[in-house]
Amino acid sequence: METVIDLKHVSKTYKLGEVDVPALKDINVEIEEGTFVSFIGPSGSGKTTLLNLIGALDTASGGTLMIAGSDPAVLKNRERAKFRGENIGFIFQDFNLISVLTVYENVEYPLLMVKETPKIKRKEIVESLLKKVDMLEHKDKYPSQLSGGQKQRIAVARALTTSPRIVLADEPTANLDHDTAFMVINLMKKMRDESGVTFVFSTHDTKIVGEADVIHTIEDGVIQKSEKVTHG
Amino acid sequence: MGNLIKIAFRNLSRQRRRTLLTVAIISVGVIAVLLFSALSGAFKNMMIGQITDSMLGHLQIHTKGYVSSLDNLPLNKVISEKQMKRIDEILKGIPQVEAYSKRILMGGMLSNYLETTNVKIAGINPNDEAIVTPLLTSRIKEGKMLEKGEILLPELVTKGMGLKVGQDIVLIVNNADGSVNGQNLKISGIIESVVGPTGKYGYIHIDDAKTVLRMSEPQYSEIALRLKTIGSLEKVFGIISQKLSTMKNKQDMPLFEVHTWEKLSPFYNIAQMIDLMALFINVLLIAIVLISILNVMIMAVYERMKEIGTLAAIGTLPDKIRTMFLLEGLFLGFFGSAVGSIIGVFVIIIVKFSHFTIAFGRNENILLDPSIPFKQMLFITAISTVVAVIASLQPAIKASRMNPIESLRHG
Repeated sequence: METVIDLKHVSKTYKLGEVDVPALKDINVEIEEGTFVSFIGPSGSGKTTLLNLIGALDTASGGTLMIAGSDPAVLKNRERAKFRGENIGFIFQDFNLISVLTVYENVEYPLLMVKETPKIKRKEIVESLLKKVDMLEHKDKYPSQLSGGQKQRIAVARALTTSPRIVLADEPTANLDHDTAFMVINLMKKMRDESGVTFVFSTHDTKIVGEADVIHTIEDGVIQKSEKVTHG
Repeated sequence: MGNLIKIAFRNLSRQRRRTLLTVAIISVGVIAVLLFSALSGAFKNMMIGQITDSMLGHLQIHTKGYVSSLDNLPLNKVISEKQMKRIDEILKGIPQVEAYSKRILMGGMLSNYLETTNVKIAGINPNDEAIVTPLLTSRIKEGKMLEKGEILLPELVTKGMGLKVGQDIVLIVNNADGSVNGQNLKISGIIESVVGPTGKYGYIHIDDAKTVLRMSEPQYSEIALRLKTIGSLEKVFGIISQKLSTMKNKQDMPLFEVHTWEKLSPFYNIAQMIDLMALFINVLLIAIVLISILNVMIMAVYERMKEIGTLAAIGTLPDKIRTMFLLEGLFLGFFGSAVGSIIGVFVIIIVKFSHFTIAFGRNENILLDPSIPFKQMLFITAISTVVAVIASLQPAIKASRMNPIESLRHG
């Protein structure tokens, strides 16, 4: 399978006044297309920083990254935004749905603003995704009318709207109860199976991490362990 | 763009009370500006009308140097009959000129056989004067317009000397060569005085003026003109000045000078002051719009930082984020000024039909006729909208340049 994320000797250091604070040290990760990958570690271990680098939201202090065949470090801000829109979908811990838009419009939004798509095609994509996440009947509701699990299902659908190669989910289950968390992880897995998109998620919940194909354990900015999971 | 417009509308509806309050503030500002402009414009037009229609006319022609020595009413700086014929030809060739009145101005003494007082007199043709200064007849408080052998006297003179309509008086004047001449005249009416040049003049028939000044041929002190529309004032002034400039004396200097009412009346400065005040009110409106929108948009950006981060993260280009906020500012400005304009027009109509009157000079109950030109209303709406967009620019640029990671961390 093709490598869609390739990190070599990647480091990230933040400046805190005069002090350099290393957030990631010598990260080497290769992620193949279509896999379901998890980064697990305690708070402050560097999971979010790593996802921000993979998601072209931030640039590394050292090393090289190749994401979906491009090095985001060489891109200007505007080009990086375009790159994200075309290649990466995001799922956030707090769902981050746009409160003034309905469920349908939230899922449609990336097709309007990022990947300008004709109306008929938009309708087809949005309704298909809402059906897949079992939220079609709620399409006219506003985010404030939904439960946490429903919101995250919408967020999963929104992340897939532009057919990205990679979906990044930073602690997608942190604000959900155990059953709902499992439901969301299984939904993400189902979507991976159907679309072939690479899903990368971070978590500190050891109970759900076992659902991943590959688990990278990260502590103090260093990958301590990488293991493949065989699902029975 | 259609989607951005829809989202901008939705965003404004999030904080309905704040949006309505901002729209209301802008509307009140626009209403105030429209009402002030309409009333001050009506007052200015009324004032100009009073000045031009009751004594000055729109334009005046004199021989060079006459206006600077107007206090002396010199009889040696006059327009001869021959020159007048040429001027007649020029004026008749200008279609914008409705009418003109030739005047002979003189200083003299007035006696009722018991008392004597100084008086300034204008010799006029009553028919011409009625067209050039249509409000002259309305200034007659008692009696009627003069005929030959009669005199219209200002109220101040008749009160001081206890004169009555129908009474005989003697007008004594010096003619150009210095000899003293007198003429018996009957008081046809008493005219109220107005502020400004010629505002306290008495009037006699131009033929009587020629007689009392012992003129062998008519010599005129000034020619007052009325135009069909005052809007053509500058144009006609230019035409007459240019045509009269060809008439020169032996020293090759221009024989005549032309003045608009603006140069002859001190009220022009008041008219300018009114325009300045209107400008100041407009600047105030701009400040209201600018501060209101800036305040609302800064708050909107601060409140929606996380959302801006989300939009940026999922790949929304910075210019689309900027446009979204600019559209919000534009809608606030546009709706505020549009609502203000509509209400403003209704308020002006109500004021118009409530027959609002004011006192000006010695005139009581002058009816103000407020109106606002459509162009001016459009201008005010446009300027408010443009200012609203300008005010949104800084918050919109800030939103578009936000670091998505920092924005996502917010709230």
